[in-house]
Amino acid sequence: MTKKISVSFTVNGEPKTAHVWPMARLLDVLREELQLTGTKEGCGEGECGACSVIVDGELVNSCLIPAAQVAGANVRTIEGVADGERLNAVQQAFIECGGAQCGICTPGMVLAAVSLLERIPQPTEADIRNGLAGNLCRCTGYMKIFDSVVKACLGTHAPPRAERDD
Amino acid sequence: MQKPNVGQSVFRKEAADKVTGRAQYVDDLTFPDMLHGVTVRSPIARGRLRGVQFGDGIPWHEFTIVTAQDIKDIPGTNCVALILEDQPYLASDTINHPEEPILLLAHRDKYLLEEARRAIAFDIEPLPAIFTIEDSLNQTETIWGKDNSFKTFLIEKGDVDAAWAHADFIVEGEYETGAQEQLYIEPNGMIAIANREEGVTVWGSMQCPYYVHKALIKLFGLPPEKIRVVQAVTGGGFGGKEEYPSVIAGHAALLAWKAGKPVKLIYDRAEDMAATTKRHPSKTRIRTAVGKDGKLLATEIDFTIDGGAYATLSSVVLSRGTIHAAGPYNWPNVRVRSRAVATNHPPHGAFRGFGAPQSIFAMERHLNQVAQTVGLSPEELRRRNFLKPGETTSTGQVIHEKIDLSSLLDRALKLSDYHTKKTRFAELNAISSTEKKGIGFATFMHGAGFTGSGEVYLSSVVGVEATETGKVRVLTSNTEIGQGSFTIFSQIAADALGIDFSQVEIAQPDTANVPNSGPTVASRTTMIVGKLVESAALGLRQTLVNSGLLGERYSAAEFAEACRQHIAKHGELKSFSKYEPPPGVHWDDEKYQGEAYGTYAWAVYVAEVTVDLTTYETRVDDFIALQEVGKVINPVLAAGQIEGGVAQAIGYALYENVVWREGRMINNQMTNYIMPTSADVPPIRVYFEELPYAYGPSGAKGIGELPMDGPAPAILNAIEDAIGQPVNEIPLIPETLMQMMTTGGGND
Repeated sequence: MTKKISVSFTVNGEPKTAHVWPMARLLDVLREELQLTGTKEGCGEGECGACSVIVDGELVNSCLIPAAQVAGANVRTIEGVADGERLNAVQQAFIECGGAQCGICTPGMVLAAVSLLERIPQPTEADIRNGLAGNLCRCTGYMKIFDSVVKACLGTHAPPRAERDD
Repeated sequence: MQKPNVGQSVFRKEAADKVTGRAQYVDDLTFPDMLHGVTVRSPIARGRLRGVQFGDGIPWHEFTIVTAQDIKDIPGTNCVALILEDQPYLASDTINHPEEPILLLAHRDKYLLEEARRAIAFDIEPLPAIFTIEDSLNQTETIWGKDNSFKTFLIEKGDVDAAWAHADFIVEGEYETGAQEQLYIEPNGMIAIANREEGVTVWGSMQCPYYVHKALIKLFGLPPEKIRVVQAVTGGGFGGKEEYPSVIAGHAALLAWKAGKPVKLIYDRAEDMAATTKRHPSKTRIRTAVGKDGKLLATEIDFTIDGGAYATLSSVVLSRGTIHAAGPYNWPNVRVRSRAVATNHPPHGAFRGFGAPQSIFAMERHLNQVAQTVGLSPEELRRRNFLKPGETTSTGQVIHEKIDLSSLLDRALKLSDYHTKKTRFAELNAISSTEKKGIGFATFMHGAGFTGSGEVYLSSVVGVEATETGKVRVLTSNTEIGQGSFTIFSQIAADALGIDFSQVEIAQPDTANVPNSGPTVASRTTMIVGKLVESAALGLRQTLVNSGLLGERYSAAEFAEACRQHIAKHGELKSFSKYEPPPGVHWDDEKYQGEAYGTYAWAVYVAEVTVDLTTYETRVDDFIALQEVGKVINPVLAAGQIEGGVAQAIGYALYENVVWREGRMINNQMTNYIMPTSADVPPIRVYFEELPYAYGPSGAKGIGELPMDGPAPAILNAIEDAIGQPVNEIPLIPETLMQMMTTGGGND
């Protein structure tokens, strides 16, 4: 019989310890043990990206990550994107450009965009499309999300190399 | 006085909560001592329920178990109240579709709950089932009523039978559309607290709190004030959270009633896709008489939709599809016969467009065939037949709006560089053996608000109340599901009262606190309910002016002071507004004649595609969406609606294939039911024309459903342009296209 284990890791800069089944999904650990409900479940099979979080600098689907795997890791969730009340440039751009509609994909989408811009500060249109392709949105048709990412880099970096033609 | 908000891209009211993860969806809520619930469903399509076996190794005494018998014991009524009362909350005897709910379980531990669900087996005597429109029409089995027919309509205009003799050409075609899953990213879910003393309260993901309210009144046999329905932040709906939430709310409440504890019932993706409603599959036959000058003389349209096992909303979906079937054309003679039939699929239901995308797909494909037969271009044929002011629709509705569809078409073709591209693609296609390019368009209209006398029956009410500090709250049961209704209502109320946008709040939709302003469906929220927000807000202002507390011009401080004084004297400051139909609107429900809708939005959509001759995949390279929608209240939100609808309709046309086996969706996963990603969508270029509608707030019309109507026929028309073969069914997946192109035959 498997036993619960204690897993210690860092979440949004704070050390946390959770007492969980080794195969418990990181998604459930975040939502149920740590009450970080900003991370959403859309499909439970790594297709939709609603549960995206950043683990040791890499964007992952938290529904596919067993708790045991994050021992010692640095986990960043949507709750850790803003600096207190000061929003991240990506969050602000999503507000201004209409990048969020129903909002259920938004936490994952914001993290995907943050992760993209950390890797590629001046993305091309293809970089943006591919960088967000693991995060499904049913409301926006993605146009306003692309606008948001472009706006976020205009705010913090040089203009992107290629813009949309409209 | 403030500068106007209407017409400005004011930021979404709840955007900060959504981008920070603070917004609370139903699955983010917990209550002390809460149990989890699960639905145990039929594995087969049709049969008689003989018994239930509870497997070994599960501590069943720890579980709350609910069957149809428990509903009798309440005593309640085992039926989901909607239009007809044919659908049970829990099957007790007859099983009519796969995934039909039979039994409910609740337990504190959701992992043990899942084991328990798997340990239940039903003893069901199978009965023969039917899954196609043909089998239903032929009554291979009679599974519903006398003849498997939920509803039929007949529209007659002119004399169709006399027209055939005068035709230079008669063109016939058959068109087919598949089911489509709404695929909101937040699955359905509800939490309930229910007991005899306090009654029933549910919180959940939904579009229509008062639909759920009505259903729970019937289920529990309680007075309306003992039922309370609260909308949590809702992660998308698209129609998929119109009627089915009544089922989930009832199930959660039945478990909570028996357990004496709060129960949370959240569907996982697989359950949501397999068990809840989808867009109705359809088959349409059209026969058209046309003169050699391209004048459309008559059309006879036979439109059938598969409603699944219970009536649900099929009759109204059919109604909208029937009325939209003839399109924005001046037909002297029209006959539309339509029917919604029963099969043993799970019930199909509301989905953005609500029957119109199906019948518009058929007509817009058909007219390209008509054009080809007559020897005219698709645009010239349409130009010669567009509805003009003073002419009538198929229901005899006179067009009073100053719509000019020819110039709308001109503009869309110019924006898309249609003619240049058409020529260039023909040249490229002549020399390319690896890919073919094409461009196509569709012209269409979409009626906003409930059909016919629907809005009169709804009789929606909206309230606006002021606080002592001059803040104003809008009271409606219309929900924010991503479309921006809370922002739009705030803009309208702020302008009507001359106050700042930030001074307007929208009350959480909660049947204990807000009046019934009708469901959040049918592109009615901005146009119908927004108008009520405007008039309720104007009423509140008039109250203050009439009582001498407010002048005709005032500052924010003066408005606040007036509110304070009024409340000090009268205790509260509220204003309500109730729907009144625009003058001159008449609808005959028997003959299906008259003003089907208060107004229509009009559109021309142009799609450019590349068909890959190696993989047979179709890529949409560019998309123009031009529409006349009355006054645009918030350009960013409006464009967001159109872009999202176009993307969803690209999925409908090319990717989203529901695979059925014995009536059950077997690709009920995001892994193998494919919706468009950010890598798949073309640039979606949105343009508006604005002819103010006198009875919408600031002249606005409804737009939510419109963008679902045009993309599929525009794309299929573009594919025909690319490959030179007609394709008349969607979804057009690569496998179908490969089969067609390699065997050389069309699908009709």
